[in-house]
Amino acid sequence: MSEQERKVKRPRESPKSDEAQPKATVTEKGKELKERMDEVIDEIDEVLEENSEEFVRNYVQRGGE
Amino acid sequence: MAVEKVVGIEIEFGITVRNPQGFDPVGNSILLINSHEAVQAIKAIWDYAGENPLLDARGFEVSGERERPSQQDNRAINKLLLNGGRLYVDGAHPEYSSPEVMNARDLVLYEKAGEHILEISRQAANRVLPPEAQLYIYKNNTDGKGNSYGYHENYLMARGVPFEKIIEGLTPFLVTRQVYTGAGKVGAENQTDPVAYQISQRADFFEAWIGLDTMAKRPIINTRDEPHADEEKYRRLHVIVGDSNMSEFATYLKVGATAIVLSMVEDGWVRKDLALEDPVRAIKEISHDVTCRRKVRLKRGVELSGVEIQREYLEMAWAYYQGREASPQVLDILEKWTWVLDKLEEDPWQLHRHLDWVIKMELIRSYMERRKVGFEDQRISMLDLQFHDIRREKGLFYVLERQGLVERIVTDTEIAEAVDFPPPDTRAYFRGMCLRKYRDQIYGASWSSLLFDTGEASVKKIPMAEPTRGTRKLVQEILDRSDSVSELFDNLTG
Repeated sequence: MSEQERKVKRPRESPKSDEAQPKATVTEKGKELKERMDEVIDEIDEVLEENSEEFVRNYVQRGGE
Repeated sequence: MAVEKVVGIEIEFGITVRNPQGFDPVGNSILLINSHEAVQAIKAIWDYAGENPLLDARGFEVSGERERPSQQDNRAINKLLLNGGRLYVDGAHPEYSSPEVMNARDLVLYEKAGEHILEISRQAANRVLPPEAQLYIYKNNTDGKGNSYGYHENYLMARGVPFEKIIEGLTPFLVTRQVYTGAGKVGAENQTDPVAYQISQRADFFEAWIGLDTMAKRPIINTRDEPHADEEKYRRLHVIVGDSNMSEFATYLKVGATAIVLSMVEDGWVRKDLALEDPVRAIKEISHDVTCRRKVRLKRGVELSGVEIQREYLEMAWAYYQGREASPQVLDILEKWTWVLDKLEEDPWQLHRHLDWVIKMELIRSYMERRKVGFEDQRISMLDLQFHDIRREKGLFYVLERQGLVERIVTDTEIAEAVDFPPPDTRAYFRGMCLRKYRDQIYGASWSSLLFDTGEASVKKIPMAEPTRGTRKLVQEILDRSDSVSELFDNLTG
């Protein structure tokens, strides 16, 4: 891994941690995500393959590697 | 002393049609890779001369027939790519090998470029196929019926490291890294315990700890010893235990953390005793628990969770880099690794933008809640499959990406560039740029050589046994002043 290199200092706390905020934000974030996902689910239904059952049943691969 | 971690991946893709009765996956895979115009323009063959997949890293050779295609077949099933990678047909699957790269971020870039090349090929093939024969391509690792196909990582390592040290230092890491590398799967396969949803696509399929096989009795540590480089100096560790990730973040962390751990193994830095009592059982136990709290038993009697074992490695990694220079990217990986383990310990759900298995789990959870259905509904299995569909408009991962619901590491502009140009800092640069400049005079290539047809009686070979040479820095100037292959040879030898 060759890039510009510098000395390592371990941060006391994880750098992107947002733990400082109260746990409540997790619930709020959950609510916000739920609203977004609700919209996305409609879009997903539009693109989801029709006859899912048959499609999934027919999806058989030969082992590889 | 750890060598620079040159890395590459091989991805096998699933291929199907809507009604697969009489579907020929081999013929269609061949059609697929021969449909991309830019790819097809390169006629070079793949040179198998230096390859021997039957050599075992533990020091012996397995007997068996090695498959070598005829010249014509060779051309049909192998495509050399301008980015220095390779597109080919392996068994009944289309497969992409990335060019060799020097870091995890570039790996993400060239892995995504590979998906893009497959997608262009798929679109081109479908233009000539009738409506009922339109191809679908999936970047996953199982058909949900007990058949698995691979995602293989390759890491350059110092030959001097005894293979036992690699086995010992790496096994607990490979068994537990799935907590952030898993691609998620509905149900269980291969006679493992029933489960509604699990972390990894591949864990169910690992039946041995150590071995040479990749297709049956899959081992956690694969012993294939085929360095594709100076064999006195290097080995190429072939890691077959991973899932294919859609998430750029997961790929970045997977490859970044693994490269760090391998450097530590080379430098004798993995000194904690983390040996698992039964790695084959542990990999499934961890995969089958989406709370990430399940403990697995170590040989020395204690029990630790997958996240706790990862923390042990992370602690060693921070200590390892205390006395060493580290690139900004290595620091970034250490920071992300720390952050991810913190979140997994608190509540894995928080990684719903980052890790495939959590992204998919959240998608399925939302869908079931909204549509008031359970896992038994076949639409849930369809979500599980279509999450990995490589079509930008219909692949469910890409629907989420378009909505800004997943974290990214690279940009679309960079990916487009990585389709056409090789990475600058490995021998892939020389390979890719020669294909661009002397296309019709390249007779063939392997990972460790290029063959030129100069019109003379025999082809001329340029060996490239050193993966860190052939870089832009070293060869750009020579390529610039060599208008023809004969000038190139004069300039290289002169």
